Amino acid sequence: MNSEHLLLLSIAAPLVVALAIALGLPKRFSVKLAYLGFGVPALIALYLWSQYGAAPQSDGYAFRTAYDTGLRSFGIQLSLGLNGISLPLYVMAGVVGLAAGLYAIQSSAERLKAYLMLLLIMQGGLMGVFASIDIFFFYFFHELALIPTFIMVGIWGGRDRSYAAMKMTIYLTLGAMLSLIGLIALYVKSPAQTFDLIELRKALAAAPLSAVVQNNIFGLLMFGFGILVSLWPLHTWAPLGYGAAPSSAAMLHAGVLKKFGLYGLIQIALPLLPLGAGHWSGILTVLAIGNVLIIGFVTIAQRDLKQMIGYSSVMHMGYAFLGIASLSNVGIGGVVLMMVAHGLSVALLFLLSTSVYHRTQTFDMSEMGGLAMKAPVLAALFVAGTMASIGLPGLANFWGELVIFIALWKISWLVTACAIAGVIISAIYGLRATANIFFGQPSEEFARTAEKTPVSDLRWSERIPAMLLLAGLLAVGFWPRTFSTSLNETISAVYQPAEVPASSVALK
Amino acid sequence: MNPDLVKAFSLAAEQNRWAAILPEVVLGCLALMLLVLEIVLPKRDQKIIPIFAIFGQIVVLAGMIFTYRSDFIGDDSLFGGMVRQTAESQFMRIFFVIASILVSILGVIALAKQRMPKIEFFHIVIVVTGAMMLLVQSNHFVLFFVALETLTVGLYILVSYVRTNPLSLEAGLKYLISGALSSAILLFGIVLLYGVAGKSQIDSMNFGQLHTFLAANPGNFLASVGVAFVLCGVAFKVGAVPFQIWIPDVYQGASTPITALLAVSSKAAGVSVLLLLARTVFEPYSGFVIPLLSVLTAATIIFGNVAALGQQNVKRLIGLSGVSHAGYLMLGVIASFTQPQAINAIHFYLFVYLLASFAVFGVMVHVAGVDDADQQLDHYGDLARERPFLGGVLAIGLGSLAGIPPLAGFIGKLLVFVAVYKAGLNALLFIAIAGVVVSIYYYFGWIKAAFFPVWQVPVTEGEPETRPARTPVAAPMGVLLGAIALASIVLGFYQAPITAWLAALH
Repeated sequence: MNSEHLLLLSIAAPLVVALAIALGLPKRFSVKLAYLGFGVPALIALYLWSQYGAAPQSDGYAFRTAYDTGLRSFGIQLSLGLNGISLPLYVMAGVVGLAAGLYAIQSSAERLKAYLMLLLIMQGGLMGVFASIDIFFFYFFHELALIPTFIMVGIWGGRDRSYAAMKMTIYLTLGAMLSLIGLIALYVKSPAQTFDLIELRKALAAAPLSAVVQNNIFGLLMFGFGILVSLWPLHTWAPLGYGAAPSSAAMLHAGVLKKFGLYGLIQIALPLLPLGAGHWSGILTVLAIGNVLIIGFVTIAQRDLKQMIGYSSVMHMGYAFLGIASLSNVGIGGVVLMMVAHGLSVALLFLLSTSVYHRTQTFDMSEMGGLAMKAPVLAALFVAGTMASIGLPGLANFWGELVIFIALWKISWLVTACAIAGVIISAIYGLRATANIFFGQPSEEFARTAEKTPVSDLRWSERIPAMLLLAGLLAVGFWPRTFSTSLNETISAVYQPAEVPASSVALK
Repeated sequence: MNPDLVKAFSLAAEQNRWAAILPEVVLGCLALMLLVLEIVLPKRDQKIIPIFAIFGQIVVLAGMIFTYRSDFIGDDSLFGGMVRQTAESQFMRIFFVIASILVSILGVIALAKQRMPKIEFFHIVIVVTGAMMLLVQSNHFVLFFVALETLTVGLYILVSYVRTNPLSLEAGLKYLISGALSSAILLFGIVLLYGVAGKSQIDSMNFGQLHTFLAANPGNFLASVGVAFVLCGVAFKVGAVPFQIWIPDVYQGASTPITALLAVSSKAAGVSVLLLLARTVFEPYSGFVIPLLSVLTAATIIFGNVAALGQQNVKRLIGLSGVSHAGYLMLGVIASFTQPQAINAIHFYLFVYLLASFAVFGVMVHVAGVDDADQQLDHYGDLARERPFLGGVLAIGLGSLAGIPPLAGFIGKLLVFVAVYKAGLNALLFIAIAGVVVSIYYYFGWIKAAFFPVWQVPVTEGEPETRPARTPVAAPMGVLLGAIALASIVLGFYQAPITAWLAALH
């Protein structure tokens, strides 16, 4: 099969469907087409994954294609391709997108057409983010996916949606602007005068930037991307936004879109600005520990289920930042694995929390209890999601966290201890939430709600997306090599100190 | 008649290559024809006059597109050196005609809500457009001033066109007074330059010769004052601080299509002239012009964005946000001194600004009621639910103005900012980016008003509806608005149409 234009197709398919819906397609066709819009990228992602090992590579990227959009004279072209770092995330985006799409289609959201349209735009942007080699389009697709989030929070959001949407917009725009300045600075300061990442790498490897310039640009990128990834103390938009966001938007944003910042740091900032990374790594470590410990304790204090998941996702970003701050190939590899795992698991939890809400009519965990009796499948899936989130072996998150801890151990035992304390914290809130919601005696409020509206177990339309995500978690959990082999190759090629990557020891 | 005089006339006439400004001539004839038609046609047939006006302009546009690669480009001798066509002026002429067509179309919708003579509106819009087209081709201060005044006087009338509305009259008066003041300053600047250059050149008002004089006399005090005054006069057109003071009231009082004309064409004419003057005539004084423009630009961006934050009237909001756009464009003008690629960036920006603005204005004419000046953010409540199409177009227009990817406005901003960065104007770039972040707040506030469900006090029996009824969208207008919105999206992904167009003459 000719895979030349498949990457473009995976980006264009959801966008074209979104456009068709926007142009006034009737509702029943819209829903059918939406299956296509979410299914095509997922299938392409899985297909390309299976082909990656055999595909011919140039400059470390497989499936490379380039399209001129008219800005070549400015050093911009739509250049697509996958390397070992972007492949796992690209596949994850496809799978989570499909799950979020399926969950949205079955939800009885008001104005379903508009909802699906915005979600499809998001999906197109997400596939584009991880398939772009050109850093201009990398940023461009991120924004394409980001804008619908604001609108979706504002229209379909829950409590405080207006405030949450505004706050998210301002925070995330600020973050995006800072990172944009950083990216433009890279473009202007590099001798290559292009946004093409491969050209930039070559040019900067031949003539590295001075330390001061690197420090400045890395600082911009770190804080710009940091806001987008909810780096402590710039995280306050995240729990609020996720708390208010409709489930599918939260799944896509927390699961996939938020990884944009980390991906940018790993794919762009660290390899191109090694001196800058070294300069800032101390500060990044401190802030990341703030993510793990401070937000960890805040998470324990949450009573609202969705807020808790939102905070926990902020907390887990701390591990990712720690892995980046370790500045080692081992740590970077761990972060990529963790990003995939976290994307799947947080999406699963957001999905299930909405399903819980539909049965209990509340997100307040103190007003729940005993749901496992009435909805055993929901309970089982939720427990699995929580275990994944804590980092139990056998599920994907375990590998990522383990490898990050190994990388951290070489830096400082104190940091490692703090990070491992985070695992205990997540066990506390995760298990307590599970116990509160599913086990024990039903609270009075829940008993009353259950009388009014009989509680049923998870329907198949909810089960399929949830199981899709769980399957992904198990697949990576039991067989991390599927990603780690190509990941190690790319990392050792991209990160210049060409030592034997220790991560191969940890992962193989 | 004296045979010598005849000979002199015929000599002059030989230089007058009328074909070079045929589009302007045709537009002038078209404008006059509208008035004739109004007299000739019976009352019930007068509905076709606006349609005639629009089609006439489309014909002119088509003609200009076919003759885009004119033979006259770069010819210094046109009309005795009065007119000089460049790649930029060719682009801007088409720009103005497109804007004028769109203003005329909006005018049809907006004027239908008023009871007043309508034909003069189209007449003056066409005349003003012709004046702008001549303005960007001028190579001589006489033509420059005459074209500028034709444009300004036309706008005096248009701004106060809805004379039954006190706000419109107030706006007209404000525009007249501040416009007259700025014209006086501009004229004084021209006179100073002419006086300083004096007889040193054959024709000291010719841009090329004035440039020669200024290059030979750097740092002349009187010439510097003249340069500053001329720039101030242009800054009024652009709407740059401190000459922005008229903008909110005039934008609010003028009827929506005229607001669009002011916001798009008039501003673009100002920017284009600024670029022309700064890069050609005043180039020897760049050491003086750049700091002056930098201060104005910084103030313009900050003022525009901060003042727009608290606005509840959407016309004032778009006016003040337009001030900040003027600032971003002036930023490009400053960068163009060292980075020639900024010129293309400015033109790209202008074109996507046109698309985005007309998407927004197109929605505004449909939402506005009889009182054109009263367009509050509240009136947009539930727009997305009641009229999803208008809501979508509005969101795309505002998003593009805000510079949100994937819309074309983002590419425009990016190209300008990259040029500015390359020119090393880091402080100004920082202000501009901060301005963009601030602008998200008010643009998004508008989108919020239209999209997010709001709880409203139910209208009780007998109480008048607080919100004007929305005009239904006619099918051709729907197609047009859809096309404009789609263009904003497509140009965000695929910029080749504009970049190829800009590159065609280089």
